Amino acid sequence: MAINPHNRGPLRTLSVFVLLIVGLYGLLGAVSTWGTAQRTPKLGLDLSGGTQLILTPKLVGKQVINQGQVTKAVDIIRARVNGSGVTEAEVSTQGVGDIVVSLPGTPDAATIASLQKSSQLRMRAVLVTGSAAPIPAPTPTGTPTSTPTTPATSTAKPTGTTTTAPKSGFPAALSAATTAPTAAPTSAATTAPTAISPTTAPKPGAKPANASDPAWVTPQLQAEFVALNCANPKSVEAIVDDPAKPMVTCSSNGLEKFILGPAEVNGDQIANASSDQQSLQGGSTGVWEVLLNFNGAGTTSFCNVTSRLVSLPSPRNQFGIVLDNQVISAPVAQASLCAGTASITGSFTAASAKALADQLKYGALPMSFTLQTADQISPTLGGDQLTRGLLAGGIGLLLVVAYSLFQYRALGFVTISSLLIAALLTYGVVTLFSWSQNYRLTMAGVTGLIVSIGIVADSFILYFERVRDEVRDGRALRAAVETGWGRARRTILISDGVNFLAAAVLYTLAASNVRGFAFTLMLTTIIDIVVVMLFTHPLLSVLATTKFFGQGHKWSGLDPERLGAKNVTYAGRGRVTIAARRAAAEGNQS
Amino acid sequence: MRSFSQFGNDLYTGKRSIDIVSRQKTWYTVSLILLALAAAGLFGRGLNIGLEFKGGSEYQIPSVSNFSNFEARAKTAIGTVNPGSNVVVTKTANTVRVQTENFQSTTVTDKVKTALASQFKVSATSISANTIGPSWGASVSQQAITALIWFLILVSLVLAAYFRTWKMSIAALIALAHDLVITVGIYALAGFEVTPASVIGFLTILGYSLYDTVVVFDKVRENTQEAIGNGRLTFSQAANQAVNQTLVRSINTSVVALLPVASILFIGYFLLGPGTLLDLSLALFVGIAVGTYSSIFIATPVLADLREREPAMRALKKRATRYQAAQARRAGADDNEPEQADAEHEGRDVVHASSRGDASAADRSVHPFVQTGPRNQPRRPPKSKR
Repeated sequence: MAINPHNRGPLRTLSVFVLLIVGLYGLLGAVSTWGTAQRTPKLGLDLSGGTQLILTPKLVGKQVINQGQVTKAVDIIRARVNGSGVTEAEVSTQGVGDIVVSLPGTPDAATIASLQKSSQLRMRAVLVTGSAAPIPAPTPTGTPTSTPTTPATSTAKPTGTTTTAPKSGFPAALSAATTAPTAAPTSAATTAPTAISPTTAPKPGAKPANASDPAWVTPQLQAEFVALNCANPKSVEAIVDDPAKPMVTCSSNGLEKFILGPAEVNGDQIANASSDQQSLQGGSTGVWEVLLNFNGAGTTSFCNVTSRLVSLPSPRNQFGIVLDNQVISAPVAQASLCAGTASITGSFTAASAKALADQLKYGALPMSFTLQTADQISPTLGGDQLTRGLLAGGIGLLLVVAYSLFQYRALGFVTISSLLIAALLTYGVVTLFSWSQNYRLTMAGVTGLIVSIGIVADSFILYFERVRDEVRDGRALRAAVETGWGRARRTILISDGVNFLAAAVLYTLAASNVRGFAFTLMLTTIIDIVVVMLFTHPLLSVLATTKFFGQGHKWSGLDPERLGAKNVTYAGRGRVTIAARRAAAEGNQS
Repeated sequence: MRSFSQFGNDLYTGKRSIDIVSRQKTWYTVSLILLALAAAGLFGRGLNIGLEFKGGSEYQIPSVSNFSNFEARAKTAIGTVNPGSNVVVTKTANTVRVQTENFQSTTVTDKVKTALASQFKVSATSISANTIGPSWGASVSQQAITALIWFLILVSLVLAAYFRTWKMSIAALIALAHDLVITVGIYALAGFEVTPASVIGFLTILGYSLYDTVVVFDKVRENTQEAIGNGRLTFSQAANQAVNQTLVRSINTSVVALLPVASILFIGYFLLGPGTLLDLSLALFVGIAVGTYSSIFIATPVLADLREREPAMRALKKRATRYQAAQARRAGADDNEPEQADAEHEGRDVVHASSRGDASAADRSVHPFVQTGPRNQPRRPPKSKR
């Protein structure tokens, strides 16, 4: 069958479009057969059931956060979620600084608490230590044991070693068993009693010279210290960790309490932390240590701290590593460490060393979070929502189809086929996105898709009405399709552009789970343009050459007479054709 | 169908014309009344702010079979866990929704779920719990306002660039503000609950309202450029013609856009119960309907009012009035010639009756020859007037 030469262009465009769809589905088939993709879009929590937590940074004072910090926070929270054994968890940012954690199923309270809890890691100089008992009394120092500190400093770690200090008041039996690195006292620890001694007593009115200056300890702070009861979780939670001020806090095992100077090294200055067995002359000693690497700023700060602390009497030669208001470790500085690395030794087990290293590494989150919302969606409800959403979509589609058939007769079928093609494209793209970008279709996304049925159909209406206008002006259908397209294209592009702009602004700036809505709107706007350009227009061009449409069959929706066309294609000087005369006569009669 | 398409044809050719632009005062009055009502609703009744903005806990119990006395049962269930708390119970389709104050700890939430489950004889895992901190809604509104401002800035730039006149941007934005205020006002008056999803819906209305306006303005631009070129129509007349010609299109696009939204609304209301879907679609439904009205009855008249003040448009008005007066005289002179009637229906540029009336009032004494025209000659307008 010979091809109508008028159809060559449109047919070429159509075949390109078919190739596009085949390519899309070919890719989809390939990645789902050989790759990890699924053949259906991944569903969001509200459809598949699960829990969504939204965490917002808790800021102290005039602290501001930047995007880099948030990104790091997401990494850290993701590591924590994965560490808690939850699979398929999603962690993402939303708006300015909000972090969305999506977990399948219903996580236990401990998991949720661990996500929102841990957050800030700071190193502060120790000013005063005391037993956690409500009434502080001078307590004896821990039982000194020998430590491999000296050999380690000289050989394995030429950069210097920090060793955990004794935690006064710890029963000796506990020092080996607790996960917190409670350990072996060094000689330094024995030189001075740890307690509230006259040396650490406040000097009223004196301005603190440095972070270890006992002048930080005001009477008020002293009172707080006395009042603090580490056994009471509420009072521990109430502790405010302001980096610029000294703080009163407990050790993480609740057995000891501290007054600490202002923060000197922040958790984000720790580049890395790991646990390993200390090696001595090439052989493993079997003693676990935690290795720390600092970044540039951290190296300087840490160098300053250790240089100052090393000459101070105990307990002020210790520095407290504070994670979430609690001291997880308070090692003694044994040398001034300026090379950017340090090691903490003590009576670690493999597990406790790893725990501390992880805390140092992942605890290095420069902000803490409050739980904004916790959404638990039961799978039953999610499934219900999906089926009913799809039902709504089906009804919406049927209504649009009915209306366009009513309004545009056979042209309505062009609308229907274009809508179906658009749906096909959308399904493919969404599925691909959920594979490559881990996009998840939520209820809001489904709503967006349903709403977009109308918006996509609108551009067909713009086009058809434009073609009808041209037919009314007396153009033959093929010419009408071309001129009508030329004008309609502009309108479609600008109106879709405005829609896209609205969706894009929503997507980037708006919060909440309705982001999926904006995403599907954006996607369908683009697909709308693609379909109109590469499918609907070429299809109509081809159809215009058929007898049914070209000669304006009564049911084609483009019947010139029905459209009141004036048939002035060429009327010569007479200008008036029979059709126009008849219309004029009708007009006179009415 | 026949009559509707005939209606469309007549609107297109100008045989039938609805005076939209010239009766702008009527529409402005209608809109002002609507806006006043909206403002009264906003400041008088106030918005029914959803749980998300206040903070609190919400439980949804799906597939409830026995609804008798559900309110009291839900209150009893909450009372066993946390006596004396403020509980609001609503029912939609087969879902019972219980809203109460915020229970901070997850253990309390679990207890409430268990209590509700035993009251309504469903399994505890099927109950959805939603706990929202009090600052959540504030941050959503904050972001919505930022989004709104950015959108307005960007869109006015894009429109000004596309239409090459900032007056179209202004007219479109006035229509937009009109839609937004009226939609929010309807929410206040009807007492619909405002949730973050409806806020997003409001923002989406912006896009849709503009979509409609842009379609009309595109035609306005086309027609007015033609009018400026041939000087046959004033700006207002050309704009009015554009609105008339796009009326069928506006109705069709709005109906088609409303149909899916209506189906979501229907399903959402009768089957799903409150949630993202219902909130979004309600906001969209109201907004799209108001947006269609405003793009026809507000945006174009405002634009015409703005443009008519320009000196160039005043000059155009003079030219067009002169032209129309001449046309009217000619038509009056040879009423019985059928050719004239043909010309009337042939060109879409021919002025409709309403504007012809005042044009013929020009009282200038004319030579009889001019009035009747040369004898036995087919009359053609000079080239410049064709």
